[in-house]
Amino acid sequence: MSAAHLRRIAAIVLRQLYLVRGSPARFIPLFAWVAIDMVLWGFISRYLNTVAPPGFNFVPALLGAVLLWDFFIRVMQGVTTAFFEDVWSRNFLNIFATPLSIAEYVSGLVLSSILTSSVGLAVMIAMASLVFGLSFFGFGLLLIPFLLALFLFGIALGVLGSSLVLRLGPAAEWFVWPIPALVSPFAGVFYPLDTLPRWMQDVAYLLPPAYVFESLRKIIAGRTVPGEALALGVGLALLDLALACWVFTRVYRRAVRTGLIARYSAETVS
Amino acid sequence: MPVTNSPREVLAVLNARKVYGDLAAVDGISFQVGRNEIVGLLGPNGAGKTTTINMILGVLEPSGGSIRIEGLDITRRRRQALQHTNFAAVYAPLPGNLTVSQNLRIFGMIYGVRDLASRIPALLEQFDLTGFRDTKCGLLSSGEQTRVCLAKAMLNAPNLLLLDEPTASLDPATAREIRAKIRAFAAEGAGGVLWTSHNMYEVQEVCDRVLFLSHGKILLEGDPKTLPQEYGRENLEELFIAVAREPLSLEER
Repeated sequence: MSAAHLRRIAAIVLRQLYLVRGSPARFIPLFAWVAIDMVLWGFISRYLNTVAPPGFNFVPALLGAVLLWDFFIRVMQGVTTAFFEDVWSRNFLNIFATPLSIAEYVSGLVLSSILTSSVGLAVMIAMASLVFGLSFFGFGLLLIPFLLALFLFGIALGVLGSSLVLRLGPAAEWFVWPIPALVSPFAGVFYPLDTLPRWMQDVAYLLPPAYVFESLRKIIAGRTVPGEALALGVGLALLDLALACWVFTRVYRRAVRTGLIARYSAETVS
Repeated sequence: MPVTNSPREVLAVLNARKVYGDLAAVDGISFQVGRNEIVGLLGPNGAGKTTTINMILGVLEPSGGSIRIEGLDITRRRRQALQHTNFAAVYAPLPGNLTVSQNLRIFGMIYGVRDLASRIPALLEQFDLTGFRDTKCGLLSSGEQTRVCLAKAMLNAPNLLLLDEPTASLDPATAREIRAKIRAFAAEGAGGVLWTSHNMYEVQEVCDRVLFLSHGKILLEGDPKTLPQEYGRENLEELFIAVAREPLSLEER
């Protein structure tokens, strides 16, 4: 990758940094909502520890799962929010009538998401460990595939959500915000997958987070985590990311062919 | 980054078409913009001017024909072609939630402008924007926003500059200054300008050549100072009205 490519990608990231730096409405949500989640689920976990039979610690099982799930949501929203900035400021014509390629643009969105989601992750880890005694790094090296699978899947859904808005117009962002809530029942964040009916389990095994949360529960129960399962989770996330990028490119090309890019506020060219 | 060893024309449009279903928004137009030339693209609303500009900018795929900027096909070598291009349009203001200098820095990086740290203050000075350097674009008046867009359009010293009604929201004094700057840009560098405007006085003053578009076709082409007489009209505005109201009578000549 040449210096020119990197400079164009850096421009997209810099734009996001300027916006976050200059706006409390953008900066505070990077950590505030995840911090509230940590407080809420931290106390719920503590309470369950007092009423459940001894021997099971809810802090890693519940608070750890919420932390990882919130990380996934932050990653996804990091991509979509960076994309929405161009939607909200009606900037498509300026941005796409430049030498910037689609790959560079999406890379800029992803890098912006890495930076913004890292803030949330750091705050969550600090609160969960300092206030509720969650030994997050006790998961050892398995943290790497956990975070990697969730990160890649978050990016994939972020890119897919952006495609949806590019295709259907600005109002389609209301389809994008609830995507994590739609995925969560299948992902098994709070319960083992065998709790679900068969058809939901079949769907769940197509989703990378399901492998992460199943593995998390196995570690907490002191069982061995099969490496193949985690590899499958990461592999699926990579496949999803490739598919999402393909969809975005197709949607962008269609928008250029139909003229939607130039008349985006109309939402449709028909 | 001027290119000096490329073809004589900076823009070559050959038989470009854009069709939406049964409607031909642009119907097989061909024209060139030469170096140091300012070409006016004129026509009534809906004639196909903005569609043409969008195709040249690579944000609208032509249904047929070819568009070359500095000899580079916009469809096949989009990035290289757009490296030499820039634009300003009344309907494409820069993001209002970023300051003037932030916007110029971001677009300067995207266009790969060398020595951006000195280029930005020079452009702010040139377009009388130094005092607004740290002001968010959304807080500027429409005229000031237009000047910011023009500063953005000049960032990469483009070889092809597309201006869609660049003086539409400027007061007469500022508009005159801007016209002078753009004439100087065309005269001094290696660039050419494609300019749309509904102000025929301005077109006559600025453009070396004009193209009249009607229903997606080029109806007339020539020197804006002599063209009205050639078609028996008193001035360019009368000719424009004739193009808008009775294009067939001109087509038959």
